Amino acid sequence: MRGLIGRKVGMTQIFDQAGQRIPVTVIDVGGNIVVQTKSSQGKDGYDAVKLGFEPAVRQEKNGMERFRGLTKAETGVFAKAGIEAPRRIVREFRLRADEVGRYQVGQEIAVADEFRAGDIVDVVGTSKGRGFTGVVKRYGFVCARATHGTHENFRHPGAIGASADPSRVVKGLKLPGQYGNSRVTAQNLKVQQVMPEEGLILVRGSVPGAEGSIVTICAGVKKGRSVVAAR
Amino acid sequence: MGVKPIIRKIEETFARQDLPDFRPGDTVRVHVRIREGEKERIQVFEGQVIARSGESMRETFTVRKISSGISVERIFPVHSPAVERIEVTAFGRVRRAKLYYLRKRQGKAARIRTIRERRGGKGA
Repeated sequence: MRGLIGRKVGMTQIFDQAGQRIPVTVIDVGGNIVVQTKSSQGKDGYDAVKLGFEPAVRQEKNGMERFRGLTKAETGVFAKAGIEAPRRIVREFRLRADEVGRYQVGQEIAVADEFRAGDIVDVVGTSKGRGFTGVVKRYGFVCARATHGTHENFRHPGAIGASADPSRVVKGLKLPGQYGNSRVTAQNLKVQQVMPEEGLILVRGSVPGAEGSIVTICAGVKKGRSVVAAR
Repeated sequence: MGVKPIIRKIEETFARQDLPDFRPGDTVRVHVRIREGEKERIQVFEGQVIARSGESMRETFTVRKISSGISVERIFPVHSPAVERIEVTAFGRVRRAKLYYLRKRQGKAARIRTIRERRGGKGA
C-alpha cells in the first residue's frame, strides 16, 4: 500500500476539458523522505517503508541539541538513517514484497513517483474535533417539535431503552459524546492532478480534517491498489 | 481570512487572462461551448450582467435576459473553458453590485442607463 504523508492545504476548484467544475483538495506532499525500510526477510518479518515528513525544529538547551517534539530515541532513528534533519511526522506504509526494493533509506520521494492523475486513492486524516455534542449533530437525530407543548426537550435523544426487562441500556446506543477528532478515511478519491514542481497533489472531493492538518494518502484499498502497484 | 498563498498560486495558474473586464450592469454576449454527443457548437447567450460573485478561479457571473417574454438567468463560471469568449456590447451605469432588483421590474423600469466609455477602475 504505497503512500505519502501530506499536509492539507485547502480546497479550490479546477475545470476539466468540458468546462465542468471539479472540487479539489490541495495536499502538500513535498519532502517525504525514507527513514527505514522493513523486509519480510529481515528481522521485522514484514514489508514496509517508513516515511518522514516535515523537519522538526532544532533547539539548543544547555549546549545539547534537541528537536522539538521528538525524543532522543526518535532522533536516533534519523541519525542511523543518515538523515540530517529529523522529521516530525513518521508514518509506515505496508508494501508488497516486490515494492521494497524501490525505496532507499534517505531518499526523498517525489509526488510523481507514487501517484499520477487518474489514480484512485484513500486519504486518512484526523477529523475536525467537535467536542462533546448531542445526538442531533452527532447522529443526525431529528429535533422534537418546537411548539404544541414541547417542554425543554427540543434536542434530546428521546427514549433510550425498555423497562425492567432488560433493566439496562444496550451497548452501542447512540448517545451524546465526543464527536470528531478521530481517525477518518476517505476512500476512492480520484487524483485529479499532480504538480511535481510544487510537491502538490490535487485530489477530487473533500478530505478529512482541518486545513493544515496532517493526512496520509495511499493507493485506494478498494480500487486503486493494483493500478499503483503495477508501476 | 484571506486565500492561502498556495491556493492562490494554483488558481492563478488556471485562471484565464483573455477575458474582458465587465461589471454588473454591462450587456454581454457569452459564447458558450456546447457538446451535443460528438459535435461541439457555440451558443451565444446575450443579456445583462446582474452579479459577479466569488473571487479568482471560483468567480461566477450571472447573466439575465428576456427570452420570448420569459426572463432567463444563467450563471457562468468566469474562468470556465466552456466560455469561449465574452463580448461586452454595452457598459451600464449602475449604483450597486448586485442588480437583483431587476427581477421585480418590467419594461421601462428595468432599463439600465448605458455609458459610452468607462473611466477609472481596473480595466478602464
